[in-house]
Amino acid sequence: MKQRFVFRFPTDTIGIPVSWHLIIDYGLKINIFNAYINAGEEGNLALEVEGPKSAIGAGIQFVRSKGVLAEPIEKHVQIGMKRCVHCGACTAVCYPGALRLHGETRLLQFNVDQCTVCELCTTACPLKLIKISFVE
Amino acid sequence: MSKTVEEINRKIRTGKAVVLTAEEFKKLGNYESAASLAAKVDVVTTATFGPMCSSGAFINFGHASPGIRMEKILLNGVPAYGGIAAVDAYIGATETAHPADVYGGAHVIEDLVSGREVRLQASGKGTDCYPATEADVTLSLNDVNEAYLFNPRNAYQNYGAATNSENEKKYTYMGVLLPKFGNINYSTSGELSPLLNDPWLRFTGIGTRIFLCGATGYVAWSGTQCHLNRHRNARGIPLHPAATLAVTGNLKEMSPEFIRAAYFEKYGVSLFVGIGIPYPVLDADAAHDLLIRNRDIETEVHDYGKADHPWLATVNYEQLLSGEIELYGKKTRTAPLSSISKARQIAELLKKNISEGNFTLTEKIQDLPGSDSLNGLSTKKGARQ
Repeated sequence: MKQRFVFRFPTDTIGIPVSWHLIIDYGLKINIFNAYINAGEEGNLALEVEGPKSAIGAGIQFVRSKGVLAEPIEKHVQIGMKRCVHCGACTAVCYPGALRLHGETRLLQFNVDQCTVCELCTTACPLKLIKISFVE
Repeated sequence: MSKTVEEINRKIRTGKAVVLTAEEFKKLGNYESAASLAAKVDVVTTATFGPMCSSGAFINFGHASPGIRMEKILLNGVPAYGGIAAVDAYIGATETAHPADVYGGAHVIEDLVSGREVRLQASGKGTDCYPATEADVTLSLNDVNEAYLFNPRNAYQNYGAATNSENEKKYTYMGVLLPKFGNINYSTSGELSPLLNDPWLRFTGIGTRIFLCGATGYVAWSGTQCHLNRHRNARGIPLHPAATLAVTGNLKEMSPEFIRAAYFEKYGVSLFVGIGIPYPVLDADAAHDLLIRNRDIETEVHDYGKADHPWLATVNYEQLLSGEIELYGKKTRTAPLSSISKARQIAELLKKNISEGNFTLTEKIQDLPGSDSLNGLSTKKGARQ
């Protein structure tokens, strides 16, 4: 199975090679979409993890045991659908196709499983209804 | 056999008019001829809901005691034009206090329409007849005298699509354009769009009654840059941005459902405006024009990566709405800025209003006084000396 997460690194956890452990110790395939890691600062890493469900569970438990926060991607993306006018401007910049207009209804649809939290949609939405935050 | 607008209005008043949205009408066109449809259908409703920068509102604030000649005016910190009578102002949709602000005139208008209070700060030099020099109050739409939208250019009859050949993203009024032809953005509601259903402006002119942002509005004049002599395809559709409308309507009757402030990143503030126009199906010619489909509407793709936006390709709306177009051998994502779902909502609402006898059709008072050409602006020093 595949699951997408955002890892948040408190400043004292930046030195832990989390990705390496997930690959070597838990046999997981990882795909990094978005990363901000700088010594002395809080960092974040958005990634997709692929492997057996049990291995993903164990791997995420390991990450958390090291003080790194690991949350599913959807916890970090907020779309103000109540105010959305379904213009489609956000779909223009969504490389992975997570934001699409339905072929018939022309209403906006968001598929979090395809989101890479690239944040391009946050600038493209003319009503500023999309928020992506790596800080809880 | 042809009908008159008055005959159709009589049917509307007695609840007997057959009213369809443009999409419903076009579907029937798959099975029936234009002549047959003209005999059966009386009115077809069209609509659009998109960002239209050339918009704004006139407001009369009423006189204070002692009075003030308002010479500098701010609404929620956004400058409004006060160079008209003492307590009249025009708040332009794209106006902001500072160039990079994300809150502007459109947001002030949306706040007012939504019933929210707005801070008015005004100053004047003080005159014998208007001695006060300052005013600082909060007010709502209920507190002012007149407040009416007057949009100098809305409802473009066709508009070009935009892409970007450069290596960097471009932030434009056509949305964010990704590098190296990463997307193509377009902005009309295609076969639902009002003026594309009346390509020769047979029914749209000065005095045409319309749906404007939830209120009943009117076409006041041709819009700015109204070009009536564009090249047309075999179906009569202009291939370039052509006719435009100046429209007006009572801000106090509008709904925040159909008027929304927008901010385009690194470009500025704009206003989503909802417009619906009903067309009388007087005869087979009118029905023929109303049967245009997305495949009949062609538009040009321009490269906004280059300063003069050169032509790259001509495409049709069926292709644009499909979600991708092949450009230079590569599949390119297409995306709208104009909301089809909102346009459908407006077309349905207008249909309901007409069917219930609450909205009758008008005959235009005069053709739009547009132009057969467009002047550019030469910015070369001394060019006009």
